Amino acid sequence: MARTNHRALSELARDHGDRGPWYRLHLDAPLLLALLLLCAFGLVVLYGASDQDLATVERQLIRLGIASLFMIALAQVPPARLRVWSPVLYGVGVLMLIAVLLVGDVGKGAQRWLDLRVIRFQPSELLKLAVPMMLAWMLSARRLPPTLPWVVLATVLTLIPVILIAKQPDLGTSILVASAGVMVLFVAGLSWWMILALAVAALAVAPLVWFGLHDYQRDRVLTFLNPEMDPLGAGYHIIQSKIAIGSGGIDGKGWLNGTQSHLEFLPERSTDFIFAVIGEEFGFTGILVLLAIYLFIILRGLLIAARAEDRFGRLLAGSLTLVFFVYVFVNTGMVTGLLPVVGVPLPLISYGGTSMVTLMAGFGIIMAVQTHRIRPL
Amino acid sequence: MESRLEDRKREVRLVATRALIAALLVISALAAVIVRLVHLQIDQHEHFSVLSQDNRVKVQPLPPARGLIYDAAGVLLADNHPSFSLEITIEKVADLEETLADLARLIRIEPQDLARFERQKRRRMRFQPVPIRLNLTESELARFAVDAHRFVGVEVRAELIRTYPRGEQTAHVLGYVGRINEQELARIDRGNYAGTQFIGKSGVEKAHEALLHGQVGYQQVEVNARGRVIRTLESRPPVSGQDLYLYLDIALQQAAQEALGDERGAVVAIDPRNGGVLALVSNPSFDPNLFVEGISQANYQALLSSPDKPLYNRAVRGQYPPGSTIKPFVGLAGLASGITTERRTTFCPGHFSLPGHSHRFRCWKRGGHGAQNLEQGIVQSCDVYFYDLANRMGIDRLSAFLSDFGFGQVTGIDVAGELGGLMPTREWKRRTRNQPWYPGETLIVGIGQGSYLATPLQLAVATAAVANHGQVIQPRVVRAAQAPGDALARAQPLVSHRIALGEEWQWQRIVDAMAKVVEGGTARRIRTPEYRIAGKTGTSQVFSLGQNQTYNAARLPKHLHDHALFVAFAPVDDPRIAIAVIIEHGGGGGAAAAPVARRIMDAYLLGSTLAKEDEEGAGG
Repeated sequence: MARTNHRALSELARDHGDRGPWYRLHLDAPLLLALLLLCAFGLVVLYGASDQDLATVERQLIRLGIASLFMIALAQVPPARLRVWSPVLYGVGVLMLIAVLLVGDVGKGAQRWLDLRVIRFQPSELLKLAVPMMLAWMLSARRLPPTLPWVVLATVLTLIPVILIAKQPDLGTSILVASAGVMVLFVAGLSWWMILALAVAALAVAPLVWFGLHDYQRDRVLTFLNPEMDPLGAGYHIIQSKIAIGSGGIDGKGWLNGTQSHLEFLPERSTDFIFAVIGEEFGFTGILVLLAIYLFIILRGLLIAARAEDRFGRLLAGSLTLVFFVYVFVNTGMVTGLLPVVGVPLPLISYGGTSMVTLMAGFGIIMAVQTHRIRPL
Repeated sequence: MESRLEDRKREVRLVATRALIAALLVISALAAVIVRLVHLQIDQHEHFSVLSQDNRVKVQPLPPARGLIYDAAGVLLADNHPSFSLEITIEKVADLEETLADLARLIRIEPQDLARFERQKRRRMRFQPVPIRLNLTESELARFAVDAHRFVGVEVRAELIRTYPRGEQTAHVLGYVGRINEQELARIDRGNYAGTQFIGKSGVEKAHEALLHGQVGYQQVEVNARGRVIRTLESRPPVSGQDLYLYLDIALQQAAQEALGDERGAVVAIDPRNGGVLALVSNPSFDPNLFVEGISQANYQALLSSPDKPLYNRAVRGQYPPGSTIKPFVGLAGLASGITTERRTTFCPGHFSLPGHSHRFRCWKRGGHGAQNLEQGIVQSCDVYFYDLANRMGIDRLSAFLSDFGFGQVTGIDVAGELGGLMPTREWKRRTRNQPWYPGETLIVGIGQGSYLATPLQLAVATAAVANHGQVIQPRVVRAAQAPGDALARAQPLVSHRIALGEEWQWQRIVDAMAKVVEGGTARRIRTPEYRIAGKTGTSQVFSLGQNQTYNAARLPKHLHDHALFVAFAPVDDPRIAIAVIIEHGGGGGAAAAPVARRIMDAYLLGSTLAKEDEEGAGG
């Protein structure tokens, strides 16, 4: 009964599943369109933020191209196959993190890079995908919501890479990886009292984390609490970024006319603080447009997760979408002074390659969840 | 089967619910960001706009160029020349030690440069640049320019430095400028002096500070985060100070200085027609250029400790007993007040005593002059005649009349730091010494001694008043000032008053007597056929002799020798120059001071100095 039913459904999918050329390419058209719009906007902003340096824009465009290839490639992989490889990817990722701590290259005062002769890359980026895949693999084997032992195991499996990454030290990435784990549990329907318990536990270890932080990281938190404490030192970033955003007003100073960014008052203006450049040059209006694009992408991702065929797809698509949201929220929150300064880029806008590849690969997976379904919607 | 399907449905619902909750959380989080942005970009937009503007726009003062100073013939006496110094803003430098070591490889940095740097570093305000080297040479400038990008926080600063091409010749009349000190800072208009480094410290530079300084300009510039100027947004150029044209004749000034030679003394020569100061010399002098950028401690000590006191402006601050040079003025007072006449004589036995007193006031000529009328009294400089005249006139009338000539008060010359001398009165003595006036003191005042003090400038002004037959004119160094762009130089207004007493013929008698002083009196050695000179010698005592002592210069140390004085004007019938000369410890006025005056008058009236210079030029 079930078998025939299944085959009938499959046939139905083949007959009626032809929903245009995008579907055959395993790409989700609305998501793809929004992402292209976002990236185009990002390149326009970057041109200004890099002081009209076309070479920078070109490099970013090449990275975007590579990242898109990853997205298209992963979109072709049926989630079921991806699921099989999840534990392997997780294991390799953790091993590489250990390797980085032992033999990694030092860049900007932190050990993050692994030189594989052919390419140098940050294994921590891999974990942004491997952790949600691993947890989704584990939890999808059983009925949802997960029971306590599995929640504990999921927590441990998340904490291992998070701690390893925090030791590099890379607070931004470890927060993103941790949030990936939390998001899987959330989407899996973790009961509210367990969410409460996790929150309490997090608060309890907060003091331990505080003393484990490096001085500069503690400075950032203190600076967040009172940026005027050291206006020329640690507080400088946030003060200048607030000035840039605030002076932009409703309409902004106009593209390429941001004085805070072009006269170099705004630090890290093409990377972590590019949101302030948008605020300055395009004003409140420009930011609303940007946030609208982000919101559309996130809602589309959540819709795909809610409609996914199987548990693995649901959990993975949901958590990857929510990690993308964490990027947006942490970055905009930090640049506007709502959150302390942690090194999280504005996704798909900030200049820089590694996170872009991971993000686009994530969207490839989400598209795969959407387009490899057997049953039609 | 049924339950599995149920489970599936429940699971789908669960995840869908979670996705919905997540969507709501996402929306509310983004809403929080938007609320924050409304706060920053709408509520506080103006506040942050101001901050952003403050960040990028800096207002820089543009100091005006100081006015130049020219002599009567258009010779430049005070100039501005560009000077380049290297400054370090310590807050912008990452490693000061390393930067200094690096700089020392490019340009010469002497230990005293470092010492000054350390000294100024401690006193500076935050972000105020501190000079490490002054007066960079062209090649040092070029070498630094090539490597300038390596030195963040190190900048070349160009400024105009005052120079005095004639140095010592003009030091006492022009004065000099120097860095603004704290007292001056409290006095000046800080807005107008923003960016100005120098201010007039003495002389004409100080007296005409307002004309010379000019109006500050401003420019708004856009700077980047490192303080580099990107472009000028707006600027209001400064208005340069006015150029000053003097009555002073630098050739005459030089002649006067040469005439004084190594003697300590002063010369003031003025044009009696307009009060214009033709020469104002105090000898010895000093190099004013040393003071402009701050004199070194060693140089300053040397100037201060020199027994010749080169910093002391004897011409306007030196207060000496005027001695016999005032006899013509006292004589006029006698005539004008009717106390004496042309014909009335006084017998001079070589001394004078007040009725009922045994004390003998001696005449300079021990044997006495015999019977003397007013003219003879002036020509021979008979002390007894003037003891008698002063005694009969009384101190009140005497000092009132002499005050009318300008004694006891500043002349108001446009050279800063002038002193007023002292014209003793009954009231003055009660006030300062709480003593009554004794009649004997009147006699002493009558021959310009005792507590009576006058500056060489006052003597020149009083002599000019005689030349003018009673018209007292305020002396001026500056003839005209010219604002930049103005075609016409505006003449300075004349300030003068007429001495109340004295009729025309009385003035003429006094002038005649002074002419005879040169023609056959105490100053006959300077007589010249070229033009007529009216003069009066003076010798003022530094050392009081006892009743029975005689003055013997050979036996006294130089610093106790009498001061030699001479006042004169010429030509007698059309006076063009009035002059006062004092030579400290020079001895007799006729012998020491009169020849100096003659050389200056020759130079002015006959142009002999210029002629001589021309000859030398032709010969070489």
